[in-house]
Amino acid sequence: MASFIYDFSLLTKPIHEALYHWLPPVWALIAEMTLIGLIFLLFYAVVGLFLVYAERKVCAFMQNRVGPNRVGPYGIFQTIADFIKLLMKELIMIKNSDKLLFNIAPFIVIIASFMAIAAIPFAKGLHAIDFDIGILYVIAVSSLGVVGVLLAGWSSNNKYSLIGAMRSGAQIVSYELSVGLSLITIVILAGTMQFSAIVEGQANGWFIFKGHIPAFIAFVLFLISSTAETNRGPFDLAEAESELTAGYHTEYSGIKFAFFFLAEYMNMFIVASIAATVFLGGWMPFHVSSWTGFNNIMDYIPPFVWYFGKTAFVIFLMMWFKWTFPRLRIDQLLTLEWKYLLPINLVNILVMAFIVLMGWHF
Amino acid sequence: MNNFFKYFAEIYTGVKSLLIGMGVTGKYFFSPGQIVTQQYPENRKTLKMYDRFKGEVIMPHDANNQHRCTGCGICENNCPNGSIEIISMRIETPEGKKQRIIDKHIYHLSMCTFCSLCVKTCPSNALAFGQEFEHAVFDRAKLTKILNQPGSTILKGIEE
Amino acid sequence: MKEVIHTPVKALEEEEYHINMGPQHPSTHGVLRLVVSLQGEIVKSLKPHCGYIHRGIEKMCEKDTYPQIIHLTDRMDYLSAHINNHGVCLLVEDALQIEVPERVKYIRTIIDELTRIQSHQLWWACFGMDLGGLTCFFYGLRDREKILDIFEESCGSRLLHSYYTPGGLMWDIHPNFQKSVKDFIKYFRKKIKDYDRLLSGNIIFMERTKNVGHLSKEDAISYGITGPSGRASGFSCDIRKHHPYGVYDKADFREILFTEGDTYHRYIARMDEMHESMKIIEQLIDNIPAGDFSAKMKAVIKLPAGEYYQRVETARGEMGIYCISDGNKTPYRIKFRSPNFSNLGVLDHLSRGFKIADLVAIGASLDFVIPDIDR
Repeated sequence: MASFIYDFSLLTKPIHEALYHWLPPVWALIAEMTLIGLIFLLFYAVVGLFLVYAERKVCAFMQNRVGPNRVGPYGIFQTIADFIKLLMKELIMIKNSDKLLFNIAPFIVIIASFMAIAAIPFAKGLHAIDFDIGILYVIAVSSLGVVGVLLAGWSSNNKYSLIGAMRSGAQIVSYELSVGLSLITIVILAGTMQFSAIVEGQANGWFIFKGHIPAFIAFVLFLISSTAETNRGPFDLAEAESELTAGYHTEYSGIKFAFFFLAEYMNMFIVASIAATVFLGGWMPFHVSSWTGFNNIMDYIPPFVWYFGKTAFVIFLMMWFKWTFPRLRIDQLLTLEWKYLLPINLVNILVMAFIVLMGWHF
Repeated sequence: MNNFFKYFAEIYTGVKSLLIGMGVTGKYFFSPGQIVTQQYPENRKTLKMYDRFKGEVIMPHDANNQHRCTGCGICENNCPNGSIEIISMRIETPEGKKQRIIDKHIYHLSMCTFCSLCVKTCPSNALAFGQEFEHAVFDRAKLTKILNQPGSTILKGIEE
Repeated sequence: MKEVIHTPVKALEEEEYHINMGPQHPSTHGVLRLVVSLQGEIVKSLKPHCGYIHRGIEKMCEKDTYPQIIHLTDRMDYLSAHINNHGVCLLVEDALQIEVPERVKYIRTIIDELTRIQSHQLWWACFGMDLGGLTCFFYGLRDREKILDIFEESCGSRLLHSYYTPGGLMWDIHPNFQKSVKDFIKYFRKKIKDYDRLLSGNIIFMERTKNVGHLSKEDAISYGITGPSGRASGFSCDIRKHHPYGVYDKADFREILFTEGDTYHRYIARMDEMHESMKIIEQLIDNIPAGDFSAKMKAVIKLPAGEYYQRVETARGEMGIYCISDGNKTPYRIKFRSPNFSNLGVLDHLSRGFKIADLVAIGASLDFVIPDIDR
């Protein structure tokens, strides 16, 4: 009966049908939406807390330390304790700040990441909404977060925050381009923008292998530019703790700070899952054509394990970047984008289009 | 054309240098045996400070509750910030001689800078450094210590 | 009563604004306050405000006897504590014309160089952290711990040692000293390669530091920039070479000199100094002669009336001690020429026209210790 872990539609379909059987369609829809919303809320909190813990452990091991180890075995409850502490903290109101914008900014940041997570396929049949233009939607929604960052910096009435917000604005405007173009490279290969179709298209080999070198270059470019888009080191200029103390969230405290903090980790999770879905086959197991026995063993591993494993791999790469490299300067950041990433990306798209045209891909 | 190759050479050297850096952190990530953190409260039993560690100034007493301090006041004079106060008194020994002994050797740990001049200059080696380092207390008065134990006497043969 | 003269505040240009870096700021390494006027992100000018950790050490010295002064000099440049102590000891020994035993000179020189290495390790750690590479901080401190262990074994404490006394040492070195120093050199020669791989060769690091904050030789001399920062600009100012004390004249080492004078070369100068220090230690560690660990000193040290000056090369530059004695057991007046104070003066000159991120890098490359600026 545990077969639903291989196809979640076996689990979701009966619930869907039962709801429509008992309730009028409008109410059934509302009930479904509420249910999914609650599940995502829970998922969001769990993943956010786990990622904070994982990041602290990863950076600790890289720095010859042990990391959190006091609360619970191996410190796994440390982030929960931190979260409770943040919940109980006073929300400091800043004099002469723009109250409305100041209060609304953390919510914009967190809502943007909530919206992006809806389009991601976690496993077969485990997919909140499957847009025809899933990739376009994700690109559009994930760039909304910067509005919250800009508002936070502007309304705090603090020059450090303002500098951080302005840096973040310049950064996202330019790196959005690279993220989009590197995804378009794969869209050309896949021939669709629908996430479920992209995953299905990788049943006989992941796009990073199917697309030869251009796909690999696109993956690297996506990793770099999405790290920049999520404001993570070495591109964490918006926070830049050694220059701007804490950048755009200098003046935030308590749960509002926690929102920014969680949103950073969720954004990392979202871009990592997009990378996993688009380049590494999403929940598709690793298949090598003509090795039937091997493929069967790979199929035995549930899809959501594949999905989370790949996402964790990409997240680990991003953490590895952050804890190795020094931070770039703002002009170098823009130089990197406009002089290196963008031209390479454009040439890469041409090459990929040529490969697809000639049918050289697998 | 030259610039064209320079552009790619730059990318190559740049990426290579970044990968070398990632190699260093990656090496440490995958070798948890190199972790240097001491698990402090847990290793309290096995934690051994170096012999010369300057934890606090103490006055060693032997088994007969005897110390070596004559109350001469050299340590008090040498202390740069007045963390030592000696209250001495004169008593009459059984032989009928007048002798100066210490009543209280007061040591203000809160003011001590561990310059070790008192230990170094003591003519009768009455002072030493203790290994205790957990000095945090909730009451400041607890940091003022009386070094000579109650009822202690001076070791024979140390008198001036 | 004299009227307080207010210097007129310079009118700000269009789109220029002030920002207060410090007294609490992660990259000012203490309680230094920089009032930076910025245009966008570009530093137009900068005004350091010192005095947040002024403790009046020079005044306190006037009531202390010469052995007592030692422990105050620890607390100025706490990363060069041994070298500061050395300066005071040399001053007293020269004034009294005491010949200290050869053993003491060797030990002092070795410990001074160990101090220099641990100071540079901490500087490297903080440099990495200021540029955003937090991992450097932990690697630097991890290796510094080994030297602090050596210090603790012999001196009893890790940061503020007060190990030197006028005439010699507080105690003789620990029997394990030579072995642990040799072990450390072996260990650190391996680890310093990691430093280069992680930071020195990194493309982001080089872009951040090359051609940033250029200091010419003329400016270095007129601002009085000494130490590795001055030598990176070509100002040959190593006291160890020009006025050798201890047994530096017996050791073979190179004075690190560059002509470029930018942030990157200030970095490389310090990295190379660590190698040179290790070379000095290796030459001396096996040749420590047997003998007393202290010369015979009177119980109360009184300097003959007169003026004395002694300088030593700390990890940050030239540390000078100017002392006027009136023949008492305490000095009449003592003045410390601290390298950090002069180095701070050039920060405005160096960072003009650069971005706020460069200001952090330049500040880190000058390697400030704030208690030494304020004293």
